Amino acid sequence: MKLLVTFYDKGTNPIIAKAVMDTGVLINVERAVINSSEGEALVDVPDDACHIVGEALKRLGADVRIVENGVSRDLNRCVSCGACISICPKEVFSFDDDWMIVTDEKKCILCGRCVLACPHQALTISY
Amino acid sequence: MHKSIDLINQRLQDGTAKIVTADQMPAIVEELGEEGALAEVDVVTTGTFGAMCSSGGFLNFGHAEPPIKMERIWLNDVEGYGGLAAVDTYIGATMQSETRGERYGGAHVIEDFINKRPVELRAQSKGSDCYPRRSITTELTIDDLNQAIMVNPRNAYQRYDAATNTSNTLLYTYMGTLLPNTGNISYSGAGTLNPICNDPNFRLIGSGVPLFLGGAQGMVVGEGTQHSSSSGFGTLMTTGDMKDMSSDFIRAAIMHRYGPTLYVGIGIPLPVLDIDVVRATAVRDEDIMISIRDYGVPSRNRPAVRKVSYAELKSGSVELNGEEIRTSSLSSYRNALAVARKLKDWLDQGQMTLSLPTRYIDTARISRPMRETKRVTLVSEIMDTRVIMVKEDEEIQLAAKKLLKGEANHLPVQNNEGCLVGIVTTFDISKAVVHPERKLKVKDVMTRNVITTEANEPIDIAAQKLEHHHISALPVVDAKGCCIALLHASDLGRLITSHGGNQ
Ligand code: SF4
Ligand code: SF4
Repeated sequence: MKLLVTFYDKGTNPIIAKAVMDTGVLINVERAVINSSEGEALVDVPDDACHIVGEALKRLGADVRIVENGVSRDLNRCVSCGACISICPKEVFSFDDDWMIVTDEKKCILCGRCVLACPHQALTISY
Repeated sequence: MHKSIDLINQRLQDGTAKIVTADQMPAIVEELGEEGALAEVDVVTTGTFGAMCSSGGFLNFGHAEPPIKMERIWLNDVEGYGGLAAVDTYIGATMQSETRGERYGGAHVIEDFINKRPVELRAQSKGSDCYPRRSITTELTIDDLNQAIMVNPRNAYQRYDAATNTSNTLLYTYMGTLLPNTGNISYSGAGTLNPICNDPNFRLIGSGVPLFLGGAQGMVVGEGTQHSSSSGFGTLMTTGDMKDMSSDFIRAAIMHRYGPTLYVGIGIPLPVLDIDVVRATAVRDEDIMISIRDYGVPSRNRPAVRKVSYAELKSGSVELNGEEIRTSSLSSYRNALAVARKLKDWLDQGQMTLSLPTRYIDTARISRPMRETKRVTLVSEIMDTRVIMVKEDEEIQLAAKKLLKGEANHLPVQNNEGCLVGIVTTFDISKAVVHPERKLKVKDVMTRNVITTEANEPIDIAAQKLEHHHISALPVVDAKGCCIALLHASDLGRLITSHGGNQ
């Protein structure tokens, strides 16, 4: 399960590392944006440990939200061109045998690149 | 053996004609041989569905009361052409909305009309004795128009070179998003299904030939603009009635930072008259070669990185310099197949009669670049050569003094050999001098990834770099990588006024 973690302490406090130590759960950081005043990280944790990791991060001062779904595609808009395929860092998109685009949303790390790249405005990310 | 067009039309009427889509032809010829395929197949249907920017339509609105000679015309705030007497306009696909910018354009107006949505017409006139009215605003659907005739000057490119980007910046182009450092390859076109690829000598495709255009039955007007058949890049001018079109086959699109464009579905049925037609329609993706061009070079002559076939592009990745680079298609092969199959359905149901060109398309044409009678302005003409520089090992305090003395905002940073290795701004320095105890050097705070220009670069290209990277100055470097001047956005701004869009 994926958690979106937002923190505001100038990145000097390694809260994800601390959460790993506190809980003993391995956390996979899929994407992180950290600037001088705040940071945001998308982390992947085993489903059964989701709750304790979330609580640990909250105790360390972060906002935590569970990311239910990744990218979503409006089937009425999508023309199955494939412009999204090569620009996605996680290979979420591929063609099936009929040249129709299929998505594997679980792999999505919500980077947002495909949203701009889709010529038909078929893709949105929500979390 | 030769089959006449009359014989094929007779079979189409009787319902005895054998019709296949172009992607099936290679296997049929392999199985039956050329003679066998000629005896077996009567019509091959082709199809393509992709971005065709050079598209649009003539609209006729009828006369208002009192009448107006519409001289400036807007449809949902997208300007149409106003030089066609009183009550007509041409709406072009890539024209942007004056209120919504690149999010809405002529392509969307066309799609809205086809979907029977209401569109606001606004027009102005200076008024005349015969047309006294000065302005009009009204809401119209396609049913209110007398004519809505799509006429696309340049459609159905025979093939189109693929794009990659060897520069270190992300590019948004009409060929889609191009990742830096050859991160991906983008291509367009249906390969084996492409109409002209199945008739490269234009024996069957020419003026008056019926085609599928956006879900309607239309026809080929003749050669398209930029038609360059002798180099294998033929195009077609097409027309069809927008009132019969469907948004399954006409779709507005937006290329980020390029603007609106129209995805058009086009298919042409090809009568199998003789062995030459069989051979031409047996074309495979493997046979259709294009170049991969480097869009990192902002020139008309984008260098070719390598040759590639549509088969390789469609496989999902292409090898470049020993690395597998992923490919993306901008056009939809799935919808191209849908066009070819729909065309086959029409023919199977006897809804279409085929004909040969009433006028043939020139196969020896070559498209030339624009003749320019005025020289473009180069960076060397407006760059500032009184540039103050710092060495990477200098201490921040010294750099700060130079900044203050020279009234400069940007200091290019050199190494000991005099090469440009970074840049520091007033902001970088002021942040650093807050902590004098840290004894920082210039190289500790400078930006290393410097965007640069050259003295002989056209200023519009430099302007694009400034805008793309949200920066206000570019170091000008010579062939050895030494900084020889600075180009300031403020100097450029005085010369370039009509870039639009970015107020
Ligand atoms: S880029 Fe957009 S329209 Fe094209 S296949 Fe992907 S989601 Fe569909
Ligand atoms: S948001 Fe990023 S990771 Fe997710 S599908 Fe789009 S490009 Fe891929």
